[in-house]
Amino acid sequence: MDIIVCIKRVPQTAEADVKVDNTGKDIIKDRLTFDMNESDTYALEEAILLKEKFGGTLTAVSCGPVEAEDTLRIALAKGADHAIRIKEEDFSDIDGFATAQMLSSVIKGIKHDVVLCGCLATDDYYSQVGVTIAELLGISHATLVTKIDIADAKAHAYRELEGGLLEHLEIDLPALFTIQTGINEPRYASLIAIRRAAKKEITVVGKETIVPDSIQANCMLEKLYIPPVGKRAEILSGGMDEISAKFGDVVKEKGLL
Amino acid sequence: MAEIFALVEHRQGTIRDITFELLTCGRKLAADRNAQLTAVLLGNDAGSMVDQMKGKAHTVLVVDHEVYKDFNAETYQITLSELIGQRSPILTLIGHTACGYDLCPALATQLAVPYTTDCLEISFDGEHVSVIRQMYDGKLNAQVRLRDHPSYIISLRSGCYVPEEGSLSTQIETIDAPLSTQPEHRKFLEFIEAAAGEVDITKADVVISVGRGIKEQANLEMVKDFANAVGGVVACSRPIVDAGWLPKERQVGSSGKTVKPKLYVALGISGAFQHIVGIKGADTIIAVNKDANAPIFNEADYGIVEDLFKVVPALKNKIVELKQAKG
Repeated sequence: MDIIVCIKRVPQTAEADVKVDNTGKDIIKDRLTFDMNESDTYALEEAILLKEKFGGTLTAVSCGPVEAEDTLRIALAKGADHAIRIKEEDFSDIDGFATAQMLSSVIKGIKHDVVLCGCLATDDYYSQVGVTIAELLGISHATLVTKIDIADAKAHAYRELEGGLLEHLEIDLPALFTIQTGINEPRYASLIAIRRAAKKEITVVGKETIVPDSIQANCMLEKLYIPPVGKRAEILSGGMDEISAKFGDVVKEKGLL
Repeated sequence: MAEIFALVEHRQGTIRDITFELLTCGRKLAADRNAQLTAVLLGNDAGSMVDQMKGKAHTVLVVDHEVYKDFNAETYQITLSELIGQRSPILTLIGHTACGYDLCPALATQLAVPYTTDCLEISFDGEHVSVIRQMYDGKLNAQVRLRDHPSYIISLRSGCYVPEEGSLSTQIETIDAPLSTQPEHRKFLEFIEAAAGEVDITKADVVISVGRGIKEQANLEMVKDFANAVGGVVACSRPIVDAGWLPKERQVGSSGKTVKPKLYVALGISGAFQHIVGIKGADTIIAVNKDANAPIFNEADYGIVEDLFKVVPALKNKIVELKQAKG
């Protein structure tokens, strides 16, 4: 079974202080760490598990600047056979639709039974790329997948709906699935594998060679700003004694003691 | 007259809340653009659902067939692409839900219509469309303009428009289903209910909830001790379940449980919107987080900007002390 996984290198912002830079359209990145997008790590693991079960070739594709190769090397170290980077130095005019056009052009040229993507990139929050790639390739898709069983060129995919309800679908391959976090336990790459991956070749393609016409984005970012504060919490200040006393008062007031 | 579509979302025979939010958003936009709002309902035996649309849209466009009993992105895409092709609405509104995730980008790409997802606010400036959405784990808002086009497809985040009653005179328009069976290559088979867990966190008066800030599984012991002292249950945000540290039935948020305790304590939870929607019904929320800018402080009643490893033992001791004093 030939598998393609799309991965993205993103700033890790879940627990970081995020600030807008002076262009008003980007964030200050110098104090942030970058790593593989969270749901992409689960998509990669699922791809490796499928390859281990069914054999075939696993290709990891990423769109980004040269640093994206660090992320692709992690995929190679964990078990991808090939890695392709689509050169994209500047993401300022790129939305999910434009990214999907680039990725699908590359994927079109590679044999694939299953294409996996993360369900959401934590930087742009679009959750568009996977489904758009599927539509551009003309293959079926399912999003927010938390379990896949494959047999006889058919997949049974389980999608996670609101409230923890699952939707069970039957989908013919080739198909694209966007993977929800928690579907598996992403492995760590061993040091030996990382060293070996450092020597592997990464294919680099220019976007002009894959998408002849200029890529048209749907979305133009006009400005980034800190969300307006709604009902701001009353911040409990003072020492830990004062804070715990106030907490005790709240518990008492609620009749919970 | 220009038309705006809002897709009615239903599951297991019940209209989902997002539908009324879409209709409220749609009525505002229709008034701004002097357009008609059409609720598009693909359903089976849809009579009672149609009744619930009354007053809320100018038209309910009903396609009633058993093939629409349960959502299938593919049957929806085939049907909606036809309807949009025929009637050319200036805007189609879809919920950014598990349904919208599957449908919106594929439908828009097929129709070559500009689209965007997960929007908090949508506005027309003349014929231009601008949206507010979030980026970077919800820490920043982004004002985004869409490429100019006669038609757009936009998905709206849950909980951003407060549903309002409408007083429109509503016409019902029924049309034939363009298909009668699910496509061979993609079939909805069944729903699978989440397994009931040993503890029902939705019934608890006190919920002590942990997020990424807990760092290691071993640190959960401290949280359990605290919960025991206050007489609460331990719950968590998604990353803790993903890591396998707590079972799924302890997860609070859009894909987990909705809780309504008297007291909700969020420990090391940044407050992504997927989590926040699960605690809207909590009476009092106390958040503990090192990051003073964490979005959770916009939802909480009280905030403690401190390291949770320092705070939790202190709060626990206080409760033990108060309980002892009470005898």
